[in-house]
Amino acid sequence: MTKAVKGGSSLSRANQRRENIAGYLFMLPSLLFFLGFVIFPMGMGLFTSFFNYTMTDFTFVGLDNYRELIADPIFQKALVNTVVIVLVSVPVTCIFSLWVAAVIYRMHDRYTSLFRCIFYLPVVTGSVAVTVVWKWMFSPYTGILNYVFTNLGIISRNINWLGSADTALGCIILILLTTSVGQPIVLYVSALSNVDASLTEAAEVDGATNLQVFWKIKWPQIMPTTLYILVITTINSFQCFALIQLLTSGGPNNSTQTIMYYIYYNAFKLSRYGYGSAMGIVLAAIIAVFSALQFKLAKSDNG
Amino acid sequence: MSETVKATPHRFKKPRSGNQDRSVRRVTAFQVISVVLLIILALLFTFPLYWIITGSFKGPQAVNARIPVWFPTEPTLLNYQKLFEKPAFLWLFNTVFLCAASMAFTCVAASMGGYALAKKRFFGRTVIFSIFVCAMALPKQVILIPLLKEMAFLGLHNTLWSVILPTVGWPFGVFLMKQFSENIPGELLEAARIDGAGEVRTFTQIVLPMIKPGIGALAIFTFITAWNDYFLQLIMLNDTNVLTISLGIAKLQSELSTDYGLIMAGASLGSIPIITVFLMFQKFFTRGITMGAVKG
Repeated sequence: MTKAVKGGSSLSRANQRRENIAGYLFMLPSLLFFLGFVIFPMGMGLFTSFFNYTMTDFTFVGLDNYRELIADPIFQKALVNTVVIVLVSVPVTCIFSLWVAAVIYRMHDRYTSLFRCIFYLPVVTGSVAVTVVWKWMFSPYTGILNYVFTNLGIISRNINWLGSADTALGCIILILLTTSVGQPIVLYVSALSNVDASLTEAAEVDGATNLQVFWKIKWPQIMPTTLYILVITTINSFQCFALIQLLTSGGPNNSTQTIMYYIYYNAFKLSRYGYGSAMGIVLAAIIAVFSALQFKLAKSDNG
Repeated sequence: MSETVKATPHRFKKPRSGNQDRSVRRVTAFQVISVVLLIILALLFTFPLYWIITGSFKGPQAVNARIPVWFPTEPTLLNYQKLFEKPAFLWLFNTVFLCAASMAFTCVAASMGGYALAKKRFFGRTVIFSIFVCAMALPKQVILIPLLKEMAFLGLHNTLWSVILPTVGWPFGVFLMKQFSENIPGELLEAARIDGAGEVRTFTQIVLPMIKPGIGALAIFTFITAWNDYFLQLIMLNDTNVLTISLGIAKLQSELSTDYGLIMAGASLGSIPIITVFLMFQKFFTRGITMGAVKG
């Protein structure tokens, strides 16, 4: 490969031009779709966030949307809820999937892939199908959860799980967890299987305990995977939408309001496109900060 | 994934021959509790799916029973009859068309783009690649409002294309195919060039066969994500005759919120085909996920 690169760069100008033309021709289809349906709307989103943009109006208002946003009590509530969801679901997802992966990756191949499949099922089943069945299970009268929990003596009377502000957010987080561990488990199984076996064996011969082997040898080696999982789980948790829309619509009393749902509500129910865009930009900024923080933490942890 | 397969038996054998009582002790203590717990959790994870499928065969009485009917003793097809009075077949067809078209376009565009980014030394290559990677980390939903306006402007709103085009534009495919294309030996491409093969022939006869497993992984990955991309579908598609199966189920649940039998029939129709596809191509799919995570 290096030979080809060197050959390419020392070749004549005509050849470099040929490489340029060929490169861009091969890139053309993906670039067209990418620029047209990702980059262009992204720019437009930033642009329209400075406008009062509704069905009838399109006037430049500078930073007014952002000012209104900071003072909007529902947005603040949505921000707090979203951060709670992320702070609970990200660590739990990571630890749970690492534990599952650690248990299954040494099993016979057949069982490893069986368990991997089972924990991936809720992802493949699809957010809508998963959500509607959970809605039934959480139902106050015909739901299976109330039946099981009252019979086990955990609760004394039926609870309106999704209809009361105390429990609704917890229920949402629980469902979110079941749909988010699938991919991390797949990634951890593959990462753990790729840990250099000679190192762990050497440590075991030297009398290291299992815990020591894990922390000193395996953990540093799967660190890149952990980092990647942290980032994708954070992004997914921030974007949790179908659950909210189909189960609670942000209620009761905004107790499950999230930024994602509030964007949808403003833009597609109230037709406040500019305001919704501003919220989208803020959400993107928050996600970027979270991701950067995780990178930093992971680095200091490693060094 | 091939490394996984190789590594596991090797590690199984070594500690046993080298350090017998240690490995035996490890199996008895931590593993047994873990495995028991794991099996319980696995059952809990499969339960929602079990409840969807059995629920779809329950009559109104069994569905609304205060004491849950664990298994439909008097199975009925009533829910499915009611479901197919709605345009459920059309919804399913729309979904399959949407996923298949997204998959085909993504595979073509991404395998060409990924190959160029990995093997062509053209001007601006690194900048373009960085932009692709950064865009991947951004929340997709930020672009949805302008995207809706763009589709309305192009006259594509309320058509399946308004969902297909953005799906193809999403940069993950190009990123994944670049990872796979890195493995093509440069000498091979050089040799083809010296033998007088043109760019197109090199791509179709040398590159494509080598990245075939990658294309398989990308195809199945795109199909499954497109099937479940509810938010994008919700925003772009409103008319009853362009709905996808996910939207159809959501519509049923908002209109008849307590007819759980019918809703479960819809959920079965929406999930069983895609679960079947997943189980058939599980190996490819897993490889797609893991290769996409390896940072280049």
